[in-house]
Amino acid sequence: MDPRDFLGIDASLSAEERDIRDAVREYARAELQPHVADWYETATLPARELAKGFGRLGVLGMHLEGYGCAGTSAVAYGIACRELEAVDSGLRSFVSVQGSLAMYAIHTWGSEEQRERWLPRMAAGEALGCFGLTEPDAGSDPASMRTRARRDGSDWVLDGTKMWITNGTVADVAVVWAQTDEGVRGFVVPTDTPGFAANEVKRKLSLRASLTAELVLDGVRLPADAVFPEVRGLRGPLSCLNEARFGILFGTVGAARACYEAALEYVLSREQFGHPLAAYQLTQRKLADLVVEVNRAGLLALHLGRLKDEGSLHHSQVSFGKLANVRAALDVARTARSLLGANGISLEYPVMRHMANLETVLTYEGTEEMHALSLGQAVTGIPAFRVG
Amino acid sequence: MTNIVVLVKQVPDTYSERKLSESDHTLDRESADAVIDEINERSVEEALKIKEAGEGEVTVLCVGPDRATDAIRKALSMGADKAIHVSDESLHGSDMLATAKVLAAAIGKVEGVDLVIAGNEASDGRGGAVPAMLAELLGLPQLTHVRQLTVEGGSVKADRETEEGITHLEANLPAIVSVTEKINEPRYPSFKGIMAAKKKPVETLTVADLGVDSGEVGLGNAWSTVLEASPKPPRTAGERVEDDGDGGTKVAEYLVAQKLI
Ligand SMILES: Cc1cc2nc3c(=O)[nH]c(=O)nc-3n(C[C@H](O)[C@H](O)[C@H](O)COP(=O)(O)OP(=O)(O)OC[C@H]3O[C@@H](n4cnc5c(N)ncnc54)[C@H](O)[C@@H]3O)c2cc1C
Ligand SMILES: Cc1cc2nc3c(=O)[nH]c(=O)nc-3n(C[C@H](O)[C@H](O)[C@H](O)COP(=O)(O)OP(=O)(O)OC[C@H]3O[C@@H](n4cnc5c(N)ncnc54)[C@H](O)[C@@H]3O)c2cc1C
Repeated sequence: MDPRDFLGIDASLSAEERDIRDAVREYARAELQPHVADWYETATLPARELAKGFGRLGVLGMHLEGYGCAGTSAVAYGIACRELEAVDSGLRSFVSVQGSLAMYAIHTWGSEEQRERWLPRMAAGEALGCFGLTEPDAGSDPASMRTRARRDGSDWVLDGTKMWITNGTVADVAVVWAQTDEGVRGFVVPTDTPGFAANEVKRKLSLRASLTAELVLDGVRLPADAVFPEVRGLRGPLSCLNEARFGILFGTVGAARACYEAALEYVLSREQFGHPLAAYQLTQRKLADLVVEVNRAGLLALHLGRLKDEGSLHHSQVSFGKLANVRAALDVARTARSLLGANGISLEYPVMRHMANLETVLTYEGTEEMHALSLGQAVTGIPAFRVG
Repeated sequence: MTNIVVLVKQVPDTYSERKLSESDHTLDRESADAVIDEINERSVEEALKIKEAGEGEVTVLCVGPDRATDAIRKALSMGADKAIHVSDESLHGSDMLATAKVLAAAIGKVEGVDLVIAGNEASDGRGGAVPAMLAELLGLPQLTHVRQLTVEGGSVKADRETEEGITHLEANLPAIVSVTEKINEPRYPSFKGIMAAKKKPVETLTVADLGVDSGEVGLGNAWSTVLEASPKPPRTAGERVEDDGDGGTKVAEYLVAQKLI
């Protein structure tokens, strides 16, 4: 029995999925783990270098086909997210935003020219993307967005503000969603276009090893071919969020596992009242709860991953996974934190860092309340998102 | 076009606890995670560099049980072109001579080999002699302890580094090279490489396929026998020296008593 994989979940991975797991673990152990606490403490991230490293590894847009992407299974993508988020949710966010939001949007909704222009460089980590949906006054309710794109001759002109945009300050290209006369449409905006500005969001207490920005679009003029040709309405951005949520429901298993492992190691060596903490029944109750939550989340993620590879995963099942696994990971992080006592609040250990990160993960890509409402609607047939 | 064979050994992970089996004192393969030896990742890296600098083909050769396919796949994921896996029950417990004979016979299966690249010393057996034995068996020049390597036309140049210093070597191809930790930093396998690896050809051979007599290999035919093995005793607490002004003398006396000075 392996305490790191109590239910032997990874035994059911294919050889290729295991190789990908090991490649990410090895990369993370050498290139990420030694620096992550510093990045977190100083709220910085060497985004360009990271992108190059991730690009060489092949993790950016790994589950997409063609255009320099590796074309792996959904499970392999999930496992990569799991191993990255075991280091830090900010690093998984970096990969989610690039691969599942920006690249997926261009891959799925972009014109052939847009794909060829951006995807190979984004897969290689030479170009960074961001995804602008949320606004200061439109979060859970993106339909109320105010950013507008109007026609001027054959050009488009964009005005508005996007908020909380991951990698906004370092992106070469922003996928921006805006209201038009035909409903919400998506635009591929090179960030060096005049009128585009990105301001860093400072003083975050969560996801500090991740860059977050406010995007200001002030008369940003784009040629006719900058718009996604076909898609109209919220279906566009929501399809991307669904991809990213899949990464989250796998990723949080990694964060939970890291907290559990840190706690287990700690209570086995720390002695109080003459015995290791692990010898006390109250501690063992907590460890039992942790190992149950971590493995239940892991099984759920793998199950949903297999459904996704079969092509039968429903978006309300993704909501199930996001709701259940983020909640599980937060519970694990909080309990693990208590087991480390004072050391639990220190950056010398990973637990509180994960715990604080998971507060963001609970909120972004649909708050836990939004996913509860989706599940409620799925089982009752009654939408309860709006009053009246 | 340089035709390169890289010798890759699967070893117990140095991060995990390594044990010998109680019954026959061979490696207890169940007790530890098996990984490609790091020195052989460097061997593969060097072969890939030579291939990428010009033209070439890289064949991975591994003698080991079934699960050594994991080590082979990693080498293929890094970018090697194909592999030969010698796997045979009768090889269990083979000594270095037998291993070298099997490797030599398998190298003979690859047509037109220019260069054989091995690790200088495996991290489990630590014999450090397989490359030399192979050179003898195949009648090829050997360039061992190599930290810097260049292939030019029909010859190979190497910097051989040992405690005595650096020797500059040159040999005609075909030749056998064994590399040290300093040779390079191996690349990570990329996901594209991992996806491509499963489509690359792996030829699995038995001892009989190689025309090696099974009476020459295996534990029973080894030239030496392990009679007994016991784990290293745990470290003791050590001796404490109080410094009453004569601390230096006491330390020196201790070192003399241990025959260290
Ligand atoms: C670090 C970080 C990075 C982010 N990165 C990105 C990014 O790259 N791109 C992007 O577009 N966005 C990003 N976001 C934004 C994120 O998606 C939003 O914060 C999220 O959708 C919630 O929106 P809000 O913050 O406006 O909260 P609100 O929508 O104002 O919600 C506040 C609270 O009210 C609850 N609530 C809202 N409506 C209802 C209702 N009908 N019934 C019951 N409760 C309700 C919510 O569940 C929540 O608890 C990021 C956020 C963070 C913190
Ligand atoms: C637990 C244990 C018990 C052993 N018991 C005995 C014993 O009783 N008697 C005895 O004589 N020997 C014994 N050996 C040694 C064993 O035979 C050697 O490990 C093996 O033959 C190769 O020698 P080495 O690993 O020391 O090679 P080294 O000479 O250190 O290896 C150098 C390089 O040669 C290549 N190479 C070596 N082996 C292989 C391989 N199998 N496939 C592909 N390439 C390879 C690799 O490139 C490697 O980096 C034992 C080894 C172990 C681990």
